[in-house]
Amino acid sequence: MANYTLNINGVQQEIDVDPSTPMLWVLRDHIKLVGTKYGCGIAQCGACTIHLGDDAVRSCQLTVSSVGEKPITTIEGLSENGDHPVQKAWLEEDVYQCGYCQAGQIMNASAFLKSNSNPTEAEIETAMNGNICRCGTYTRIKKAIMRAATSENA
Amino acid sequence: MTLVKTTYNRRSFLKGSTLAGGGMILGFSWLASCKPTPEQIKSMPKEWFDINGFLKIADNGMVTIMSPNPEIGQNVKTAMPMIIAEELDVDWDDVTVEQAALNTDIFTRQLAGGSQSIRQGWESLRMAGATARHMLIAAAAEAWQVPADEITTNEGILSHEASNKSANYGEMASAAGAMAVPEEVALKEVKDFKIIGTDRKNVDGLDIITGKPLFGLDIDEEGMLIAMIVHPPAFGMKYKSMDTESVKAMPGIKDVFPIEVYPEGVEKQWSDGGGIAELVAVVGASTWQCMQAKKALKVQWEEASKPESSSDHDAALTKLLNTTAAAPARQDGDVKKAFKNAAQVIERTYSAPFLAHNTMEPMNFFAHVTSEKAMLKGPVQTPEFLEKTLVSVLDMPLEKIDIMMTRMGGGFGRRLYGHFGVEAAVISKQMQAPIKLVYSREDDMTQGTYRPAYKITYKAGLDKEGNLIAWHVKGAGANDDLVFENRFPAGTVDNFLAEKYTLESNVTTGAWRAPRSNFIAGAEQSFIDEVAEAAGKDPIDFRLELFDRAINNPVGDPEKNDYDPKRYAGVLELVKEKSGWTNGGKARGVSAYYCHNSYVAQVLDLEMEGNTPRVQKVWCAVDCGIVVNPLSAKNQIEGGIIDGIGHATYSEMTFENGKPIQENFDTYQLIRQQQAPKEIESFFVDNGIDPTGLGEPSLPPIIGALANAMYKSTGKRYYNQPFISEKQVLG
Repeated sequence: MANYTLNINGVQQEIDVDPSTPMLWVLRDHIKLVGTKYGCGIAQCGACTIHLGDDAVRSCQLTVSSVGEKPITTIEGLSENGDHPVQKAWLEEDVYQCGYCQAGQIMNASAFLKSNSNPTEAEIETAMNGNICRCGTYTRIKKAIMRAATSENA
Repeated sequence: MTLVKTTYNRRSFLKGSTLAGGGMILGFSWLASCKPTPEQIKSMPKEWFDINGFLKIADNGMVTIMSPNPEIGQNVKTAMPMIIAEELDVDWDDVTVEQAALNTDIFTRQLAGGSQSIRQGWESLRMAGATARHMLIAAAAEAWQVPADEITTNEGILSHEASNKSANYGEMASAAGAMAVPEEVALKEVKDFKIIGTDRKNVDGLDIITGKPLFGLDIDEEGMLIAMIVHPPAFGMKYKSMDTESVKAMPGIKDVFPIEVYPEGVEKQWSDGGGIAELVAVVGASTWQCMQAKKALKVQWEEASKPESSSDHDAALTKLLNTTAAAPARQDGDVKKAFKNAAQVIERTYSAPFLAHNTMEPMNFFAHVTSEKAMLKGPVQTPEFLEKTLVSVLDMPLEKIDIMMTRMGGGFGRRLYGHFGVEAAVISKQMQAPIKLVYSREDDMTQGTYRPAYKITYKAGLDKEGNLIAWHVKGAGANDDLVFENRFPAGTVDNFLAEKYTLESNVTTGAWRAPRSNFIAGAEQSFIDEVAEAAGKDPIDFRLELFDRAINNPVGDPEKNDYDPKRYAGVLELVKEKSGWTNGGKARGVSAYYCHNSYVAQVLDLEMEGNTPRVQKVWCAVDCGIVVNPLSAKNQIEGGIIDGIGHATYSEMTFENGKPIQENFDTYQLIRQQQAPKEIESFFVDNGIDPTGLGEPSLPPIIGALANAMYKSTGKRYYNQPFISEKQVLG
């Protein structure tokens, strides 16, 4: 066990866990932020996507000991009231079915749009290919990302 | 005007009111999840009044509607309350929805399965809303001393024109709760619907996109421990022994022990499905610590039955298809003679592998079992049956067991089998502590309860004019006999023979979205395409000719034919029109299928990108009667189409000596964004018929449309799923 001070959603969090613990479980079991989801544990599904600095990362592969001072943003911290342009677009398109993968989809999409604010359909498909939606809401996810991109550029 | 008797639920309604004490003040969670704005504070309700088990109304006219059925992503949590709100006649903006707990005194069929929630809930939901409206009117009539039939309602407002009196529902709610439940109530005419048939967004949308704890895996209770299981590594194996010393000493680990989930003599329900009788439980302070302990734990297993490999399943299914049934499932005319006289005979065999459900949220359940009571909470499609099993396993009376459903991270049939709820209860009882059972992805994917592996052979005979004169279908599946003998094309062809066989397998199987249909439709609709081509006919015209026969001069007892040929033909004609159907050069396929009481026809355009199909567009025509919420109905259709394309193209579970080869998403391929169709357009037949299923029907036929379009592009027919596999690439 070891002590870590983490910057999560702008708040300093003190935790005492094994250094090998993935951020996914630090967030879910210790910080009690459960918006970040467990799907596969091997970086194949994207349900656990968070932001480390500006980058979308798979929190199931990010050990707590490797975070350092970089700020972490989770779905709970993406916006104050669910009004990030990507979240708003998700609401507009009524994207979700079961909803389980959507936090990961939104975190990946919001990081992607930060790096490419005017993407083509093909670029969206490539960027989002690591996030599985078992319900098959892919066409709505793509529409929502295009909507968010348009609204941000407006 | 439609009048319905309320008797069916009268006792329940009364009991519901009595339980709540009628007009008592109830706690509320309305807007608890976000900071209210000043206007919202002004309109915050002070008191809630229970009208019946389905709904309560606040003093300010706000309405809380309980959604009775489990929510697995099929969006009944929005649709079912919409039906109640319609008959109650309120403004949808004034409605808050809550998930109801299991309560068999008030609700009937709290089950998510068979695409039946809306169809089977339709009448009772309308009745619940209409009855409450009736009681509000009765309360106003008494308060105003005017005849009840002179009082009208409009979006939560009661009015009496003659006396110029009006009140909102909130003002009458307290008195309404004490009114007598009417013997019968009038329901709205379809043409008067204001909420049903309109686009309404998912009631959990904001909670989903902000990461609120909605799912079973998100449960966190005071003093809760995490539990995980270790199950046998292969089908045919069972628990023997283990050494727990070193693992128990690992950080955070509280205990490691074998559990008997289903001891001898326990009364199981169908919903216990492929639940494994004996497992190993690892209990600890956190999920990661349990995962580490699981990895370190050495368990000895022993053989319980002969281990099976995928090659064994394939050979055994083929063997079954080469036998002849003593008693066919259905026989019309004389197929033997007809095949002899046929100008052309076509015979093809189709196959599909086992599939895992792979809900994105792995199996999990919370349980707190004490000597006094059992409190369970989690994602399950069949809470009523889970409760029954718990009565036997825990040896506890039904009244002492409470089950609450959480939103589910996918169902697809997997959570019909609530053995994980039983496991959680058994572990909690042993630990004498609240526990949350969590399956790893690997535990989930290798547990079993799979879509069965299937094989089917179709044989068709055509006369010189290209008319279908004989049809012979022989199907077999693992633990499932596959064939629906009275579905299309039964009734459309004079000489018809259906045979079905079951392969007994120790690989456990269960219902997987659109059971049987998820394979049959693809096979049958591909075969029809090949037969139509042999007949020199357009594939849509060929099908329509068959439906004409079933409409005008059906073969056999028309009562026995399990479909309505007019509605079947109707969706084909609609998709033909909407897609601008031509059977020309395009890589385009068509398919139509009936299941879960609904009719679907699809046209699909694709381009092959190397070896892989990329669907450019799908046109989908659906007849599911009245569409409650078109916005989410289309979402279901799109999801079913993508689900069908994905699994038929890419997915399989295979076995080597009983051991599942695929354990996680690195080896089990699910469809991803780059492989999804670029566009899907859905159309509904508007016929005012009571609603039927929609969670499943769009999946089965798309596999046929895909295979037929791939044939157009590659010149190759696709008989074996997954269409794109390593096997296929290597030829």
